[in-house]
Amino acid sequence: MSIPLPVFVALPLVMAFLLPMFGKKGKDAATALANLATVSLLVLTIISAIQLSTGNDQLYVYKIGKWPIPLGINLVFDGLSSFLLLTISVVSAAAMFFSIRYMEQYTAKSKYLSLFLLMVAGMNGVVLSGDIFNLFVFLEIASLASYALVGFGCEHEELEASFKYMVLGTVSSIFILFAVALVYGNTGTLNMAYISKAIQDAGLNIGLTFALALFVVGFGLKSALVPFHAWLPDAHPSAPAPISAMLSGILIKTLGVYALARTVFNIFGVSVSIGWLLIVLGLLSMVVGVFLAVGQWDLKRLLAYHSISQMGYVVLGIGLGALILARGGNTAWASLAILGGLFHLVNHAVFKSLLFLNSGSVEMATGTRQLKQLGGLATVMPVTRATSAIASASIAGVPPFNGFWSKLIIVIATVKAGFYSLAAITVIVSLVTLISFLKVQRYVFLGELPEKLRATEENKCSMLIPMIFMACLCVLMGLLLLIPTLRESILEPAVRVLIDGLKYSTNVMNV
Amino acid sequence: MKGMTVIVKTISSWVKVLIFLFGIYIVIFGHLTPGGGFAGGVILASSYVLLMLAFGREFVQKNLPLGISSKLDCLGAFAFAMIAILGFFYGGIFFCNFLVERGQAFGLISAGTIPLSNIAIGLKVGASLFLVIFSLSIFRRNTSANK
Amino acid sequence: MPYALCLLLFMIGLYCVVVKKNMVKIVIGIMVMEYAVNLFLVMLGFNAGGIAPIIDKTQYDPQTQQIAASFINSSVDPLPQALVLTSIVISLGSLALMISICTRTYEKYGTFDITELRRLKG
Repeated sequence: MSIPLPVFVALPLVMAFLLPMFGKKGKDAATALANLATVSLLVLTIISAIQLSTGNDQLYVYKIGKWPIPLGINLVFDGLSSFLLLTISVVSAAAMFFSIRYMEQYTAKSKYLSLFLLMVAGMNGVVLSGDIFNLFVFLEIASLASYALVGFGCEHEELEASFKYMVLGTVSSIFILFAVALVYGNTGTLNMAYISKAIQDAGLNIGLTFALALFVVGFGLKSALVPFHAWLPDAHPSAPAPISAMLSGILIKTLGVYALARTVFNIFGVSVSIGWLLIVLGLLSMVVGVFLAVGQWDLKRLLAYHSISQMGYVVLGIGLGALILARGGNTAWASLAILGGLFHLVNHAVFKSLLFLNSGSVEMATGTRQLKQLGGLATVMPVTRATSAIASASIAGVPPFNGFWSKLIIVIATVKAGFYSLAAITVIVSLVTLISFLKVQRYVFLGELPEKLRATEENKCSMLIPMIFMACLCVLMGLLLLIPTLRESILEPAVRVLIDGLKYSTNVMNV
Repeated sequence: MKGMTVIVKTISSWVKVLIFLFGIYIVIFGHLTPGGGFAGGVILASSYVLLMLAFGREFVQKNLPLGISSKLDCLGAFAFAMIAILGFFYGGIFFCNFLVERGQAFGLISAGTIPLSNIAIGLKVGASLFLVIFSLSIFRRNTSANK
Repeated sequence: MPYALCLLLFMIGLYCVVVKKNMVKIVIGIMVMEYAVNLFLVMLGFNAGGIAPIIDKTQYDPQTQQIAASFINSSVDPLPQALVLTSIVISLGSLALMISICTRTYEKYGTFDITELRRLKG
């Protein structure tokens, strides 16, 4: 492995420490350095993913400080980690490029760039970590940076949203720390591979079951599943637009769904009750999210409620795979369900961040986000209108865009597993999503241009390039599923990590 | 923020030097006795907070301007990252303790890069906590509300 | 038995976060929850009749580089203490951020009462 794994964490961290020294005069130099950092992270991630898929080993382990595994902290790079690292670097490169022009409205831009890079470093650390307390520390780094970024422009609503998000997020972090303490007390080690081996040898006692419940609550609150979703509709609209794209696009997936999947599949092992719990949580999120979203009149609040609903799809796919594995059913259908869930995760990252960048571009040009005050922008902002149409078609599941393929796989997996009513509910939720995005398109882009907005014009080039890039990804990502070589090099290793489940511990200990 | 009476000012200007020295002792001996970077950094910051309470905020702002402590903060963090990266170049792996063979056990110079990391962390934590408490003290309770 | 008291302290903190209406009291409730979890972590390393995990020259033999067996048997587990140190630093950072958001909210809204923060609805 030619790129040492701590580079993914150390590079944004060192840049984040350097940037506040620039102050107000060096703002352009600071912006250029930050963009260089995110683009080089993207290049390094692509190189590492290619090396992993063409190499012989299934995973790479990096021991920090040359300490052997149960004594020291290690970083693990396997198929699921490379999949999520690619998602993180693509979305963060696009959002950072968008914020060159967008963040001119705010003061203290160098502090914004530093917090952004801290959030990226935290998320990379969560994905790469092989030790459960290390995962908690990086989760806290990313969460604290995001609390500060949500309330960045200090207006009334942003501070209120930031306080709500902060209280709920800190309570969930305390639950996760309590669960880590319980796991350490019952197994005596903190390394994920060794914990998994201890649980396989001794079985689950009451302390470990309580720890699993606390993990589900803590990570579920980070990923905004339905009993724990109350912070998301306030936090995501109030943040600046590139931060909304990052929060909704990758933060809720990395801190929530990835950590939950890693804990349930690789450390504790699947069981029937956990599978049913995940399916119920996913179902509730899908239904509640979409029915609360249809009646919204604020553009970003509508998109935030749709985030809750689409995360329900992902957790439904993963929970269905867990249930089929735990019952001892056909592993082909289990891997199909998990493939649908993970593919929908990366699709949602791409089209939801594109939708939030579009709303930021509309807000920067017109100054408002309320649907009733907008209208007829199709003539004055053609690029924004085209990319928004592509993103809306993707999220609603219109073929041949990427959302259609992942929703199709999830529906096929539910039908094959025998849950016909779940499949029907999934299709109905998809139809209601289509209705609400038709509403968005009609109110924002079609219709006639009101008096106050006659003077709006299209945004500058540096805001359009990331939107066009993500729209091209939306169109082309269906090929990720259909071309066999791409599917086997990127998607299949991620699915295999979760299907193999408890073999993660033997793989790590044998390296 | 105004200062306090003459008695408090005299005594605190003697005591602050002792507190600062105690903080440096805890930072440097962090690999032999309990303490280390974080605890020593908090004590370093608290010596400046004592000064701020006794003499008033403007006096401390003249002595340690906000720009300098912000740069010290970044410098401490950057030094810690540099120790990790130097471990990569000299020892082959990040955070590798590449100085561990020098010196003898239980002396002041032993345990490789750990005292250097302690000094970097002590600098960063001291500067950060001082900045935090300084910025929070600008808040006044009786500003008028802008509803 | 001491673990049950830790859980009681955790529940008191959680009650404070859920019921109280003043922002500063909610922050204090979160701090009580953090103290409870830190206390639980430190108690995990307990060893009856144990000594502090600090080696000095009498317990270390430089010729063979061995630590005396009496030390290994009777010392308290030092790993949870390192975890608690990290956790205290994290809670300090999040406390600073929460207090600054509270003061800024007081400047904007004029009150610390959370039932008055009602601009985001629906």
